[in-house]
Amino acid sequence: MTPDQRPSRPGTPLSGGPRDQFLGLELAHPIINASGTFDAIAARRAFGDALLARFPFAAFVSKTVTLEPRQGNPPPRLWELAGGMINSIGLPNQGLAGYLEHDLPQLAELPVPLIVNVMGFTRGQVGELVAAFAEHEEVAALELNVSCPNVETGMIMGADPRETAALVAHVRPLTRKPLIVKLTPNCTSPGDVAAAAEAEGADAVSLINTLRGMAFDPRRPGIPWLGGGTGGVSGPAVRAVALAQVAEVRARVEVPIVGMGGVQNGRQARDMLHAGADIVAVGTESFRDPMAGARVAAELAESLAYSGIAPGPHGSRREPIAHNA
Amino acid sequence: MSDRTLAPLGRRLCPVVAHARHGAYDVVSVLDEGPAPDPGQFYMLAASERWGGGADERPFLPRAFSVLRRHEDGRLDFLFEDVGPGTRRLCELRAGDGLWLLGPLGIGFRRPEVGRRPLLVGGGVGIAPLAIWQDTLGADAQVLLGFRDARHAAGAGLLRDARVATDDGSVGHHGLVTDLLREELDGSCVVYACGPPPMLEAVRARCESAGVPAQLALESGMACGFGACFGCVVPTRSGYVRLCVDGPVLDAADLELVA
Repeated sequence: MTPDQRPSRPGTPLSGGPRDQFLGLELAHPIINASGTFDAIAARRAFGDALLARFPFAAFVSKTVTLEPRQGNPPPRLWELAGGMINSIGLPNQGLAGYLEHDLPQLAELPVPLIVNVMGFTRGQVGELVAAFAEHEEVAALELNVSCPNVETGMIMGADPRETAALVAHVRPLTRKPLIVKLTPNCTSPGDVAAAAEAEGADAVSLINTLRGMAFDPRRPGIPWLGGGTGGVSGPAVRAVALAQVAEVRARVEVPIVGMGGVQNGRQARDMLHAGADIVAVGTESFRDPMAGARVAAELAESLAYSGIAPGPHGSRREPIAHNA
Repeated sequence: MSDRTLAPLGRRLCPVVAHARHGAYDVVSVLDEGPAPDPGQFYMLAASERWGGGADERPFLPRAFSVLRRHEDGRLDFLFEDVGPGTRRLCELRAGDGLWLLGPLGIGFRRPEVGRRPLLVGGGVGIAPLAIWQDTLGADAQVLLGFRDARHAAGAGLLRDARVATDDGSVGHHGLVTDLLREELDGSCVVYACGPPPMLEAVRARCESAGVPAQLALESGMACGFGACFGCVVPTRSGYVRLCVDGPVLDAADLELVA
């Protein structure tokens, strides 16, 4: 497959239309979930089919899949901090075979497009994962988690533009599905990395992933609290960082941006659009309320109507709605 | 057929209708229109004011609590002990305040097999799910509770006819609740336990050596309560499981050790 067989890039900005376009997908609203912050299968066990009837997100991004099963990190895995939390989960998952057999059929029942997040420890592994989903019609797009080391080079795949470029160049020919690169904030220049990903054919970028953080056990001085030693900081505490990084990336790429980081309400989602995001992901806030995505979407719609700014692709070029009435 | 009472999708704001002190503990009652929980199920709780996004930095995440008791009119009672910023805020709740509530969540206690005598063993604030379980099982259930001191042992009044042990001997047996368990346990029992990890491990080991089935209600730090965050895992014989969707009540036989 060649890159020109890929689906075309999203069209022109909407002028107040009822639906949002993202990577050719029709979204009911511009709010999706951040990977790893919502398990639709577990949530259906807790809430039943009401989850399908009132699904809180316009698309569903599943938790990172790796080639082999992973148990994840030893507990404790969570630490609450001022305005957020640190997680050290360690990407537990059933591996590719388990995902295809158990998870994919259930996720295909969701009423929204499915985006599968994948991660490998070598370019070859990421390629295998990308190729494995290439012919699955129920998968609308793939998101590459590049926040892990390439064991062959020792570099974090998403922390260095050349490393990212080599990865995207390797996997791009393996699928026609849209590829989203999930950028890590733990690097010198997310803008450089985003530009490298775009140059090699990434269809979109998403940011920010969690910021690396650490906490110590209050009862055992000097002993790290988290079983994994360090973890990822998320929640409102990282929102300002996310806005700045989205704006930096917006200045460097033309492709759509999924903006995320500490968004708790519609006004903050609107800020993320103003920073340059095309759609917004809600993450940690869903832990506090499983319907947070739907609430943020409703508040955002109200907020945009009030401000006269239409949501749509390419935040930097958004046109004000004409008020003719 | 679900293995649990399903939670309504989304958190709901419930009015606090009563508050009472029981020694070291606070009992907060809320009026809830959700479904009746299975004994052992839990809720994610967050005060509607001064909780995440307010002037205070913490608490931020909701807190998981088993329900202590459900009344016919839909009132739910929760048992709190002030041990940190989240529980402190919950202990402050008074009639007229609001409580965000998500639940009932998780899998609760399974009924005893016919002919087995239920023995309920609780420690500290972990007595909560045993109260609603005793309400369900009725007079058949025998209750053994352990506390630090007399101030905490006041919580025993929340259950009926409990035998009590205290660490300092100020109330009841001077020693551990597992001493009482040793006296009462026989081959016809099924044990239901909730309490601090060392107590649960002692109960687990005792039941294992006696060949008696046991169900343990465990606790773990939890961000979401519905399987999203993967933060609340505990090690079992078949790997890590999420307490929020696969527990919080686990068969003791599935655990090698309660740590």
